[in-house]
Amino acid sequence: MSPGGSGGAAVLAEGLRKDYGDRSAVDGLDLAVPAGRTFGFLGPNGAGKSTTIGMLCTLLRPSGGRARVAGRDVLSEPHEVRRRIGLVFQESTLDVDLTAMENLRFHADLFGIPRRQAVESIIDMLELVDLADRRDSTVRTFSGGMRRRLEIARGLLHTPRVLFLDEPTTGLDPQTRVAIWEHLHRLRREREVTVFLTTHHLEEAEHCDLIAIMDEGRLVAQGTPAELKAVVGADLVVLRTDDDEAAARAIRERLGLDADSFDADSFDTADLDTAGLDAAGLDAPSLDAAGLDADGFAPDRSPGGLRLRVPDGAAFVPRLCAAISVPVHSVTVTPPTLDDVFLHYTGRTIREADSGASPFAGIAPRR
Amino acid sequence: MARTEPAAVDTAAPTTTPEPVPPPEETAGRGALAADLRAVRVLWQREVIRFGRNRLRVAMSAVTPLMFLLILGTGLNSALSSQQDSLRDFRAFLFPGVLLMAVQAPAVAAGASIVWDRQAGFLRQMLVAPVRRSPLLTGTCLGGATAGVGYGLPILCLGGMVGIPYRPELVLALMELGLIAFAFTALGVLVAVCAKRPETFQVVVGLCMMPLLFLSGAVFPAGGLPGWLGTAVMANPLTYAVDALRRTLPGAGVSGLGTRAASPEWWGWTPPVALEVGLIAALAMAALAVATYRFSHSE
Repeated sequence: MSPGGSGGAAVLAEGLRKDYGDRSAVDGLDLAVPAGRTFGFLGPNGAGKSTTIGMLCTLLRPSGGRARVAGRDVLSEPHEVRRRIGLVFQESTLDVDLTAMENLRFHADLFGIPRRQAVESIIDMLELVDLADRRDSTVRTFSGGMRRRLEIARGLLHTPRVLFLDEPTTGLDPQTRVAIWEHLHRLRREREVTVFLTTHHLEEAEHCDLIAIMDEGRLVAQGTPAELKAVVGADLVVLRTDDDEAAARAIRERLGLDADSFDADSFDTADLDTAGLDAAGLDAPSLDAAGLDADGFAPDRSPGGLRLRVPDGAAFVPRLCAAISVPVHSVTVTPPTLDDVFLHYTGRTIREADSGASPFAGIAPRR
Repeated sequence: MARTEPAAVDTAAPTTTPEPVPPPEETAGRGALAADLRAVRVLWQREVIRFGRNRLRVAMSAVTPLMFLLILGTGLNSALSSQQDSLRDFRAFLFPGVLLMAVQAPAVAAGASIVWDRQAGFLRQMLVAPVRRSPLLTGTCLGGATAGVGYGLPILCLGGMVGIPYRPELVLALMELGLIAFAFTALGVLVAVCAKRPETFQVVVGLCMMPLLFLSGAVFPAGGLPGWLGTAVMANPLTYAVDALRRTLPGAGVSGLGTRAASPEWWGWTPPVALEVGLIAALAMAALAVATYRFSHSE
């Protein structure tokens, strides 16, 4: 098996852990990322994502377990690993006094790329990230998005097998964020690089081939976004009527379903699980209603209304409307989001998890 | 924050590669040395580029030593000479110290770049490159030395103003300045490696620089001082830097103030310039070695 070649795992971790004193920032992580994929590492701040990246990139020494990156062991062959990985940190790590070109050239020198080859690939990379016309400007004059792009270019300069990106779009405006993702997609198409990124933006995880959800140092789920959403399974149907109680009664009697009103804040993950697994079709809907926390999910909606979890929400709406006699104001159907997935596995939304997290993400584990 | 082990930088085991090695691979030995030298060059170049790009800072940092030389020097000169005819030109006497001041600022700034790089994350970026850590520090020190010489040279050229003749010895003095700048950078790097935050670095440097400079024989003769002051001056490594410069620079005015011996004396014996230079070099090497050790065993 060639190192990092297709078919092999680009990143492989077994029982990887990192302890700080008696706290575990990463607690026995098992992970396998196939080569050539975009892998999203999801979790709230302080979940241990950055610590994991630090260990995979040989910057932090694991307290236990093993990891191989691009076919090399991070503990016994750190230099070999470093040669094969690109790394874009959470914070900007450019020298702002130097030009874009100089930043890249220094990096090429540190990695021992021969001068002529270096100049060629620097120009290539600057083209790839659309910064070729700014090559001789000092980085001080660059916007946040340009800096990030330059860092991505730098991370790719030595043609790594795996590109690690720690929160690549944090602090960028939505437009720039989209642009960064376009670059990342292009990169994977043109360079066949395995991209390993962390994020706590769930919508970004949709871009990934594979995602893993990490919470408090442990991996709680991994799979494709579709697979993970399938576990949640059901669409969310939100119904607003003249008389919610009457509607709920009608739904219960005629459709055999429990609808929760918004103010119900109890949430049972086990219910959701059955909903997902039994999601066979409309004929035999095993439907469990989930009362999601109104603040966490739809803070801008007024209270009132009913929530239902059904496998095929759109097809369910006509039956629903036929079943209830009170006037219906609106029905919205939302397919499961990764936020639902996160909620499903951790019992809270990622925003809730974030707000309770320490600001020293990646360094200090929570609690 | 918990201290963590280094990512086995120096302990990189002799690489046993069972698989066929890809072509651009470097083998240990010659390749490793080449990588080290490359890293030294990269860091040196970076400091030099930053120095060249920051002309305003070059100009500004020349202001303080020049103020010392022209205002303090001229003022004290007239005050002293009105009382005692035997006093030579105080400005010439002050000149080695002024050179030292000019060199110190950029050199310490180069050392500080470690702290700022740590803050800015650039350091992490370098740490993840497949190079050992010691060349990173050596390169920074060489860069600081070069920048120091760059700052010192214009001041040295102004020597004529205070009666320093333009003679070939100036080249020797310039080389000494380079060594002194290297030592300053190494000390700065040492502080930078130990201090994790820029604030700590600034406090330490701010606290040390003034006393070190005043106790160095830069503003008054180092020889024949009373008790504690004499001891402090003797213990101060800068004393020997100033004295080496003073004895290398041409011109009569530099060498002493009145009849007092300007050089430090060890129990009546004046160490030769070569020994003084050796002392500074040893200090620089020691600082660099300790800094490298700390740097390799942290993060």
